[in-house]
Amino acid sequence: MNPRFQLIFDFIKKNSGLSEVERASLLQSIEEANKTLTQTLEELKVTQAQLIQSEKMASLGQLTAGIAHEIQNPLNFVNNFSEVSNELIDEMTEQLEKGNTEDAKAIANEVKMSLEKINFHGKRAGGIVKSMLQHSRTSTNKKEPTDINALADEYLRLAYHGMRAKDKSFNSAMKTDYDESIGLIKIISQDIGRVILNLITNAFYAVTEKNKLMLDGYEPTITVSTKRMNDKVEVRVKDNGTGISQKALDKIFQPFFTTKPTGQGTGLGLSLSYDIVTKGHGGELKVETKEGEYTEFSIILLV
Amino acid sequence: MKILVVDDEKDVQVLFEQRFRKEIRNKEMEFAFAYSGEDALKYLNELHEAVLILSDINMPGMSGLELLRHIKEKHHEPPPVVMMITAYGDADNYNTAMKLGADDFLTKPLEFSLLKEKLKAIQ
Repeated sequence: MNPRFQLIFDFIKKNSGLSEVERASLLQSIEEANKTLTQTLEELKVTQAQLIQSEKMASLGQLTAGIAHEIQNPLNFVNNFSEVSNELIDEMTEQLEKGNTEDAKAIANEVKMSLEKINFHGKRAGGIVKSMLQHSRTSTNKKEPTDINALADEYLRLAYHGMRAKDKSFNSAMKTDYDESIGLIKIISQDIGRVILNLITNAFYAVTEKNKLMLDGYEPTITVSTKRMNDKVEVRVKDNGTGISQKALDKIFQPFFTTKPTGQGTGLGLSLSYDIVTKGHGGELKVETKEGEYTEFSIILLV
Repeated sequence: MKILVVDDEKDVQVLFEQRFRKEIRNKEMEFAFAYSGEDALKYLNELHEAVLILSDINMPGMSGLELLRHIKEKHHEPPPVVMMITAYGDADNYNTAMKLGADDFLTKPLEFSLLKEKLKAIQ
């Protein structure tokens, strides 16, 4: 029984001047109320888990087109370079038949380079599929050594192509500044990946909204950067979009708060991100913004 | 013939150099590469050389369509031939490209044998 209920329960049992019957009936209703509340709490927990899953699937859905495009590009390279390799082998055989070993060797080097490209782009496509699967799976809650720069870059590209596929007129410059000295850090990569994706998707949304105002000389720009500072690693996502009003700023981390039109946002993105960074990693999620000018989110992780 | 290829995928350079290795060796074609619309414009403003421009549409920053508009609006006579390439072969992109004066519209994955024929026809 809930401790507070227990307290009331005990108090009534010992101290009240009520008759035996009245007391029994009171105690019974308290017990019933407690049962109902316990059950409701269980239901709420299930609903919360379902909401988290649907938010995850919603953000994956947004990415689908981007993912298709991101896989198509490396596959084109794989197909092209394998055709090139085939042609080169024919040329090499030709040179060998003529006895031109030097030329044949030169061609062999080109075949080798082609094969390296095939391998590189095959792995690239594989990496994208892997991260997509990770994103949709339930979190393992296991911290693993992760290249945070690669993670950020992957989600930046996915988010960009996802936006492009949804809205053909969308465009934004992307700037990156990764601190190569970070190395591998221990994080739950699929969770932090979701946070980064959420921040980048929000940033793209903010520049798109500002772009609609048709301001002269406005160049939508998103900047993603990482930096190591002693025992901390910081990931920043900055956009020169609409910014956040002071009124909204107090609520952005609250569940279900959204400024997007109905049906476009679940209002769970930032609240889940906040939980992942603070509760899941003991880190901080900070925001700086100026309405109409910029927003910058910083994820600070202890390493 | 000098051809400027614009694409944000850097390996496009290696691929073109391989696919057109014979033409490059025979000096029939010469390739230059730019990795963004901005870089392409800078190249054109400095050198004014390319006869033909092959540009991807989907690039961060200046899109291929914006690049096309700049080239067709501002460039010298005769303006270079501009072929657009896109992974999204949808009607919107096609119509916009044509309206802006694109000379051709190709979809990814590129058919290099087809592209080669087209380039030789221009030559």
